[in-house]
Amino acid sequence: MNFTRRQFVRGGVTAFTFGFAAPQFLTDLALAQSGGARNLVVLYLGGGNDALSTLVPYGDASYYARRPTIGVPAGSVLQLGTDSAGNVLGLHPALTGLKSIFNDGRLAVIQRTGYQNSSRSHFEGFDIWGTANPGNSQGTGWLGRYLDTLPSPVDPLVGWNTTRETPRPLIARTVGVPSITNPATYSFASPNTGAEAGYERSTAQRISSHLPADRPHLAFVNSTAQAALGTLDRVGTVATYRPSLTYPNNGLGQALQAVAGAMNRQIGTKVFWVTTGGFDTHANQNPVNGAYNTLMATVNGGLISFYNDVKNQGLLDSTMVILFSEFGRRVTENGSSGTDHGAAGVMMALGGLVRGGLYGTAAKLNTDPANPGLENATADVRYETDFRAVYARVLDDWLGANSVSILGADFRPGAPRIL
Amino acid sequence: MTHAIGQGVAGPSTTGGSGMLDHVFRRMGFGASAEELATFARLPQVGVIGYLLNYDRAPDDVDAKINNAAYIGVTTRGLFSPNSVINDARQRWLFRMVHSQRPMQEKLALFWHNHFATAYTKVAGAFGQEHGTKMMDGKASEVAGQRRGQIQLFRDMATGRFDELLIEVAKDPAMLVWLDGRLNVRARPQENFGRELMELFTTGVGHYTEDDVYAAARVFTGWNLRLSGDRTTALTSYYEYVYSAAQHDPTAKTFTFPVMPDGSRTIPARAAADGEQDGVDLIRALARRPQTADRLARRFFAFFVSELTAPSDALVTGMREAYLNSDTSIKAMLVRLFTSSEFLEDASEFARYSWPIEYAVRAVKETGWAGLSVDAAMTPLVNMGLQLYEPPDVNGWALGPEWFSTSSMLSRMNFAAALMANQRFNLQKASEAARTSPEALLDLQLKRFTPAPLPDNTRTALLDYLRQGVTWPVTDAQLASKASGLARLIVGSSEYQFN
Repeated sequence: MNFTRRQFVRGGVTAFTFGFAAPQFLTDLALAQSGGARNLVVLYLGGGNDALSTLVPYGDASYYARRPTIGVPAGSVLQLGTDSAGNVLGLHPALTGLKSIFNDGRLAVIQRTGYQNSSRSHFEGFDIWGTANPGNSQGTGWLGRYLDTLPSPVDPLVGWNTTRETPRPLIARTVGVPSITNPATYSFASPNTGAEAGYERSTAQRISSHLPADRPHLAFVNSTAQAALGTLDRVGTVATYRPSLTYPNNGLGQALQAVAGAMNRQIGTKVFWVTTGGFDTHANQNPVNGAYNTLMATVNGGLISFYNDVKNQGLLDSTMVILFSEFGRRVTENGSSGTDHGAAGVMMALGGLVRGGLYGTAAKLNTDPANPGLENATADVRYETDFRAVYARVLDDWLGANSVSILGADFRPGAPRIL
Repeated sequence: MTHAIGQGVAGPSTTGGSGMLDHVFRRMGFGASAEELATFARLPQVGVIGYLLNYDRAPDDVDAKINNAAYIGVTTRGLFSPNSVINDARQRWLFRMVHSQRPMQEKLALFWHNHFATAYTKVAGAFGQEHGTKMMDGKASEVAGQRRGQIQLFRDMATGRFDELLIEVAKDPAMLVWLDGRLNVRARPQENFGRELMELFTTGVGHYTEDDVYAAARVFTGWNLRLSGDRTTALTSYYEYVYSAAQHDPTAKTFTFPVMPDGSRTIPARAAADGEQDGVDLIRALARRPQTADRLARRFFAFFVSELTAPSDALVTGMREAYLNSDTSIKAMLVRLFTSSEFLEDASEFARYSWPIEYAVRAVKETGWAGLSVDAAMTPLVNMGLQLYEPPDVNGWALGPEWFSTSSMLSRMNFAAALMANQRFNLQKASEAARTSPEALLDLQLKRFTPAPLPDNTRTALLDYLRQGVTWPVTDAQLASKASGLARLIVGSSEYQFN
């Protein structure tokens, strides 16, 4: 169980709620802040993505020896060329859209991202990636700490979470990120009509604006209600957004459409949080035409639609997407045609100013005990690039923030030059 | 006495009178209807607690009330089929939460559903919706082979021995699908269940190693499923647990903690035919680890007493000892909890954030249900973040403040609006005597609904709302508007989101 948010509710509610105090003023502020502003879309693949099926080392015989039934056939991969160590690599065959972005020079693929002593727990692993702190993964999130650095008062829509729960990476000390799963249903209903319905809404607004310092938990819920009521009308404008193409009719596609809509409507959001799940493929992974293929097709369909839509709107240069998962999976397949929890994974970044290419080097997958690319008795892939170095690059060179203060240490040396 | 932190929600003490009875029913059930309050008002507190906890003595007759017009309705699309259609199963469970005479049994079933969080989608994805629904919550007396579903297992064993509950969970067909136990074979062990058994079901992280996980995976090799009964249709057949000796890894397994009754850390090599005992040994050992006892104690405390403060060391120790000294009796641990001063003290009142389903069921029980169907709560509950049989992952739902985001809070406010729109006429009728003044109507509704105490500003805002656009005494039409509008504001208020 997680006690952090409630500790934070106890300690920081006054500061937390400050941003919700003056909706009209903040609307003006958001518009002023949004002009030409860059935004960051963070896509989380929930469950521990099997990096070795996403980015396939198809020239490594050990890959096929250790994955006799689930190895992605060399003949079907979308070849990306060689990394700096001369390993040939290819994308999963369903990632055709990502391959085209790679060909545009706008997709960076960062191999073997992770950290020392990688957690094999979904929940601890996610919290470590979220806090960027393997030592104590119960604090604020790295994106939350970035939002905390913005000059106050901060507009509540500076962040936009497309899921129902606030994920660890977005937990901030002073900023509450609204959760907006569907702009079309983000509205206020009433048992009455006309003026009476209006009285109810204004009364709800008035009640929720009261933030009693001596009752912090009540103040927290009030501030949440207040943020909802204060952002309804602006979010409503996103519901009328008509994209330049048709997004896939699934959760990820619809979430990315809302993100593009928010960008189009100049809501002023700087950080969007998007997830797609199902990556805990312990069984029946079937990468070619089964479950894993479906997962890759979902990611590909959402991202290529989003990429082309924002490109058509002329917003590509102000857009950056980064993609991660809480861990990679075991090298050797298990007895149920799946893979168990492993260590290092693969990150990707795409956007108009991203320097595309293959970063880092693939591990050799042989079971020689001295194999430096593996760990855990050669069961798992060892990390090469600390994930926080990627965060540092994004914070410093995309968001114009100070990564050292946000991450609590200097990860700039060795950060891949993806921007 | 009152903790400073408890005042964080409740403000000044309001307990005594029916306040404490409401509190007990909110915690050990889903709130009290007016009839329940009247029935139990004259019993001493300890009698009410004993009655709710020892629910075996109460009638188990709730399902017979489905489709009786005196109770909340269900919405059927064809035949009502709660053992084979998951949305009907959801309606049946909601119905039980509203009307069961054993509310604590349903409350504990919900607790265990979150603890052993299993999602229908994966089960149905493997075996189809009929088997999936049966495996989640089939009622033994109504399905082929009389095989109960997972939630029914929780109802049956909710206050029994935890080690026996764990063994049944390990053999539960839905769990064998959910954590891939059915695919765990000797050639290549599959560690999904073995890992979560330790990380989430018993000790929690920090009390085992990766090597323990690998050993646990081997322990459960061969714990599998088979299809039985009349296998020609999904309705006449059923999946049941079977131990497959041929798929069991019979070699010794060594752990970093004692796993055998004699304190040994090694489960010895056994003939494959006897290998099922490996899992029993491991589970019995895990259930008896003090870390498991403490973790359960803290989770029960957060679920039944307070999320805003940690239990005292004395209480955790008392709960641990009660549990360990009674062969892992859950009831022994709960008795210690419900007889603690913490449970009944003022500071514990409203010291929990309501789960969406606690919120919705209590709102219905306090508002009334004539002409209402439980189906009306189904989509709102999804939007509030709690769909029954569909936890987000094996870690269960994110609790406490994490239930609250802008969109989930809107869903709660909008559920209150939909409920009051449905009950508009009933609310108007119930408010006739209070048509004289805004104060009278507010007082009447605050007797009916049980938010945490309203701060003065909230009270003033509600009275101002009642005066807007009308002059008192009000007409029938105005009374209908104001009674339903006020009810939605109270039930949709932040004060009402605490349990």
